[in-house]
Amino acid sequence: MRIASLEQLTLARFREFMREPEAVFWTFVFPLLLAGGLAVAFRDKAPEQAIVALVMPDAPDGNASQVDAALSAASTSSTALVRSRRIPADSANEVLRTGTAALVVTAQPGGGVEYRYDPARPEGRAARQQVDDLLQRVAGRQDVVRFRDVTIRERGSRYIDFFLPGLLAMNIMGSSIWSLAFAIVTQRNKKLLKRLVATPMSRFEYLLSFVLSRLVFLGLELVALLGFGVWVLDVPIRGAIVSLVVMAFVGAAAFGAIGLLVSSRSRTVEGVSGLTNFVMLPMWIFSGVFFSSSNFPAAIQPVVQALPLTALVNGMRAIMLQGASLVTVAPQLTILAAYLVVSLAVALKVFRWQ
Amino acid sequence: MWRDSFGVHSRLTLMIDSKPSLLALEVTGLRKAYGDVVAVNGLDLQVAAGQCFGLLGPNGAGKTTTIEICEGLTTADSGTVRVLGRTWETDATWLRHRIGMQLQETQLAEKLTVLETVQLFRSFYERGRDVDAVIELVQLNEKRSARVNGLSGGQKQRLALACALVGDPELLFLDEPTTGLDPQSRRQLWMLVEGLKQEGRTIVLTTHYMDEAERLCDNIAIVDHGTVIALGTPRQLIASLGADNVIRLGVGEAAAELHPVAMAELFALPNVTGGRPTATGYELRVNTVQAVLPSLLSLATSRGIQWSELSTHSATLEDVFVALTGRDLRDG
Repeated sequence: MRIASLEQLTLARFREFMREPEAVFWTFVFPLLLAGGLAVAFRDKAPEQAIVALVMPDAPDGNASQVDAALSAASTSSTALVRSRRIPADSANEVLRTGTAALVVTAQPGGGVEYRYDPARPEGRAARQQVDDLLQRVAGRQDVVRFRDVTIRERGSRYIDFFLPGLLAMNIMGSSIWSLAFAIVTQRNKKLLKRLVATPMSRFEYLLSFVLSRLVFLGLELVALLGFGVWVLDVPIRGAIVSLVVMAFVGAAAFGAIGLLVSSRSRTVEGVSGLTNFVMLPMWIFSGVFFSSSNFPAAIQPVVQALPLTALVNGMRAIMLQGASLVTVAPQLTILAAYLVVSLAVALKVFRWQ
Repeated sequence: MWRDSFGVHSRLTLMIDSKPSLLALEVTGLRKAYGDVVAVNGLDLQVAAGQCFGLLGPNGAGKTTTIEICEGLTTADSGTVRVLGRTWETDATWLRHRIGMQLQETQLAEKLTVLETVQLFRSFYERGRDVDAVIELVQLNEKRSARVNGLSGGQKQRLALACALVGDPELLFLDEPTTGLDPQSRRQLWMLVEGLKQEGRTIVLTTHYMDEAERLCDNIAIVDHGTVIALGTPRQLIASLGADNVIRLGVGEAAAELHPVAMAELFALPNVTGGRPTATGYELRVNTVQAVLPSLLSLATSRGIQWSELSTHSATLEDVFVALTGRDLRDG
């Protein structure tokens, strides 16, 4: 009988979720669209072109025509590193401000050029180097040091390779916390929770059914996102799949427990939404989903590294990109396990059953 | 104020015939306050096994708080509750397996079907009734694959009843089972409850509909301000009025200020056992309408009371409540 009850509770969770088209979209389809979009934005392409704008006076002198010719010639080749277009003088600042060009070149009357760019932007600095190099060579500069370019293309070094493990981790966090918080608070709000605890239902099984249904969905999420990543985006998985799965399950369990804690008191969906965002927002920013968390100052690193999402992101990334074993990611697993145990213990203690 | 001057009993005490050993529910000196608001104020109840017992009272009388304490969902500030001879402190799990209930505000999971919902509730109980049989019993067979959010109010209420019955309870609590339902759905639910009574189940229901209490309940406790103000069978309670009928004389406006002397005379007419002014006229409790009407009309004429409406009805529980409290049941 007890097993039947746990099975029925888990089935109910599963059915309710699958019959909520919006929830299915945000959990499965949205991450795929996001990954697909980013893959297109950061697709494998020829080295970055410097986008340059050349200010052309109404009556160009010899110098201006020479610079124009040099830039135009460089832009036409198929392997061009520079792409330039002509703009009127009064829109020089505007193209920089709107980012439609990284560098504005103005030929000075009688000789010399002016480079206008934002040195805080890497593409501005790169464009300045490219264009300066080009113009100096056209003007006859000789390179004094002989050099040879050796370029390599490492699989797994693209942004999408970096991003996918983070996206996976973020999705595990979001779907675990949201689905639990929403389902539990709705049941509390509609007095269904009260009705359920009026039956002989085991409260432990009730909470367990949420975790179990989460794990079922986690399996589906993993297959969907990893499958898309590997087959469509060619993202490498260097570590063992089983390590990745263990990492994901420990992460999902930890965030499931955090979800229980978040929803342990709230009576309204609005209330728990605020709380959920409050819990997740710092992790979206600090946990290195979109860029490496090592960019943050050393002073706040202990806090950043102690966040559960940082642990999951770093663990997933290490397994997928560096082929790390579970032993290597033991610190991350330990952090997540600690969140699991503490959150679960506190949630069970403070849970509002009516 | 008025009830005192016109001889209405302020408190009725009628005993139920029941043997203590067969009590399904026994509540003594129950008290519960929420902050400054006293919801239940020294309430006593005895419900014999196999009867349908009604808690009748206006909204806010403390019925729901009382029933939720009996269901083990709320703890009392003081007083004792014995359910099926046991207490919630010592035998909560044992009791949960043996009681069924319908709560007032519960909304079942919208995305689950009727069948799935009843199956879910069935899985909580060690022993219970067949899921299909229960769905059949509450007449939801045609809707067994329909989702809860597609059900009408009456169908949802019957599904809630199915969830209450699927554990095959010895004691069933129904909190305002027909509130908000259309007349047809109410009658359908009443017939279901009558069927359950015939199975010999003990039922405790709360209601603020006197017709519901009158039709379904073997015994009724009228509750007001958190305490039982009258107890008995519907027949006993109505008999306690000392009047079988009620005459309403409408004069179109509040009568008390207009004709204080005439009113006192009206209530003092022979065969009138009591009465009260209402918002639009007078209400007289009488035994036989024929014996009162002629003298009533001639008095009205001689005192110049311009009446516009005259109606009579057999005394109901509503009149009992009015006689006890001076308020209408639906006023809350």
